[in-house]
Amino acid sequence: MVSAAASAAIVRTADGTPLKARLRRVDRARKLKAVGLVAPLFLFILLTFALPIGTMLFRAVDNPEIPATLPRTVAALAEWDGSGPPDEAAYAALVADFKETQANKTTALAGKRINYELPGTRSKVVAAGRAAAKLTDGPFKEAMIAVDPIWGERDIWVVIKRAGRPYTSRYLLAAMDLQRDMDDRIGRVAPNQAIYFAVFVRTLGISLTVTLATLFLGFPIAYLLATVPTRIGNLLLILVLLPFWTSLLVRTTAWVVLLQTQGVINDALVSAGILAERVQLIFNRGGTIVAMTHIQLPFTVLPMYSVMKTISPTHVRAARSLGAGPFLAFWRVYFPQTVPGIAAGCLLTFILSLGYYITPALVGGPSDQMVSYFVAYYTNEELNWGMASALGVILLGLTAALFFVYNRLVGIDKMKLG
Amino acid sequence: MKTKLALTGLVAAGAAALTLGAATPAAAEESLTIVSWGGAYSDSQREAYYKPFAKEFGVKVVEEEYNDEIAKIRAMVEAKDVTWDVVDVDMDTALQGCDEGIFETLDYGKIGDRSKFVVPSATDCAVGTIVYSTIFAYDADKLADGPTKIADLFDVAKFPGKRALQKSPFVNLEWALIADGVPAAEVYKVLGTPEGVDRAFKKLDTVKSQVVWWEAGAQPPQLLADGEVVMTSAWNGRIYGAVKNEGKNFRIVWDHQAPDFDLWAIPKGNPDLELAYKFVAYASDPKVMANQSKYISYGPTHTDALPLIAPEVLKDLPTAPENMKTALTLDPQFWADNGDQLRERFNNWLAQ
Repeated sequence: MVSAAASAAIVRTADGTPLKARLRRVDRARKLKAVGLVAPLFLFILLTFALPIGTMLFRAVDNPEIPATLPRTVAALAEWDGSGPPDEAAYAALVADFKETQANKTTALAGKRINYELPGTRSKVVAAGRAAAKLTDGPFKEAMIAVDPIWGERDIWVVIKRAGRPYTSRYLLAAMDLQRDMDDRIGRVAPNQAIYFAVFVRTLGISLTVTLATLFLGFPIAYLLATVPTRIGNLLLILVLLPFWTSLLVRTTAWVVLLQTQGVINDALVSAGILAERVQLIFNRGGTIVAMTHIQLPFTVLPMYSVMKTISPTHVRAARSLGAGPFLAFWRVYFPQTVPGIAAGCLLTFILSLGYYITPALVGGPSDQMVSYFVAYYTNEELNWGMASALGVILLGLTAALFFVYNRLVGIDKMKLG
Repeated sequence: MKTKLALTGLVAAGAAALTLGAATPAAAEESLTIVSWGGAYSDSQREAYYKPFAKEFGVKVVEEEYNDEIAKIRAMVEAKDVTWDVVDVDMDTALQGCDEGIFETLDYGKIGDRSKFVVPSATDCAVGTIVYSTIFAYDADKLADGPTKIADLFDVAKFPGKRALQKSPFVNLEWALIADGVPAAEVYKVLGTPEGVDRAFKKLDTVKSQVVWWEAGAQPPQLLADGEVVMTSAWNGRIYGAVKNEGKNFRIVWDHQAPDFDLWAIPKGNPDLELAYKFVAYASDPKVMANQSKYISYGPTHTDALPLIAPEVLKDLPTAPENMKTALTLDPQFWADNGDQLRERFNNWLAQ
């Protein structure tokens, strides 16, 4: 009975198909059209952004060197228990591997990887490779120990076995100031090597300081831009945008000229009699923050300005007419409406500051270098791409965690760029 | 509507024809990409090598700059897309690159007599081009009574003010030990021990707060000219360039100078190998090599080139007898073995 009544109640379109089905079809068509429009952009981002980032993240755990250069040795060590030097088969495998690496000129790569875990052994591995290539028949154990006694101790074999695994946690641990010892226990590195925790704290600290500085400096500017008559406002806007048209490197170098001990600011202050002696304004934290704030200011000001422009001035006037003092009117009526712009501008500045490299490198001292400096150092000069990627992974993780917290506090839907 | 379409079609066809037409002539001339360190040094190479080579062989020389970023070369070689034909490398990079298979093993038959090059500068994968030296310099206009020995660089009491040092343990550790009293002949023996390394870092600690760290060769003369530092370590040719071309009154202190080599290397998998060899052979000709000392005070590495240099230029070269009196002999093997840990220790020390 109910079903009959229900079927009698189905709404149908002009050609007889149920409305619900028709709606579903139209919706699907609309969704496909939307997907079709977005698809090129999505593919582009996938290829130029997601894939390279994914490769970088993969390099942080990738461990190709030893499996590529010493495969037989790794296989021979599979059953080894880790105590005392291994048996003759492992040495024979090592000599066979070395003969091949000498032919391919890859012995130094194996040496470099082993050197990461056992400092000072790179040259020993290279020397062993050269000597092993000359050996013809066994027993190889005594011959290798005669080349260097290190081959008779367990340490280097533990390292080879560990480095023979396809994936490693070594770089990620090192980027967090941790290491594995010979018995596979994780512990902190020596205090004079533990720098990365401090570097991450420093990076977050500097970024936060710069964000707050741009907020306090930028809010009045944005307010001015949004409330003056349009003609003057546009002129001032051009002044805000002008630095954007100059290269970042040129702006940073300009700050070097301004902040130098014999530079413009010191000259002005000393000749005006405000300072007795020249002050150190560059190659320290102060100089770094000043230069970074200047460069990041437009990024914070523009979202705030766009949002402020949409706030009608009648709101504040209404609040005043209802009896609120000027500060109360601002704080209770105007400010909450600007929060989406503030949120967008600050987030943009914060995340950009996390990745800063050039400005601290030119204007900061050695104890002001942020994470990106070390990433660049490991990429370009040490050729240790595993370490560079690991630092990048941790920075990415930290940024994601912070964004998650930020989202909880402010909410992405509450951000507006205009 | 139809005329609009026709017009757009015509414009598009015209643009396509223009680009195609413009593309073909450029491919006719051969081009060689040579990478070096920039600044006054590259200027001297341009005058002494690139311009005459381009004129004589009708090859276009494209210059590029780098600052010891061996990673770029490694990336190119790994991707099998080598665009740098010849690279000017320092000794450390030459040895490291050769070990890791980044550079071509050189066929000296195409370059010249290997025995005629000053001893360590003709390596398997790179052939020497200049002898340069790490020295320290000061502005004689600001310090009338300037420093005379290496210990003065570390003496903040006698010569107050900031110093600039290269952002690398290389040479700085040796100098720290010598300033601390270790005889130059025993420097590497002491540096090979953990206590020796600690001693060098302790000496560097005494000046750490007063040091500005430079990375690019053009920075030391700039820092000196800006008055940012009172003395700076530098590559001697760059200071000479500031004195000769910009009229600065800088003085070089040759005490315990550290002479070293720059070499030409060819990245592995280079598609233009013959042209690269032609350039290296041309640049290794003693007559051509001797020409470079006219533009910058770096010495030649070919023994037949030294007698060809004018005497008034000779006195500014690192290899001049009066400058070599207390010269420090660098040990590239020591740095190949221990460079990794010492660099890591140095970076950690800097970051703390």
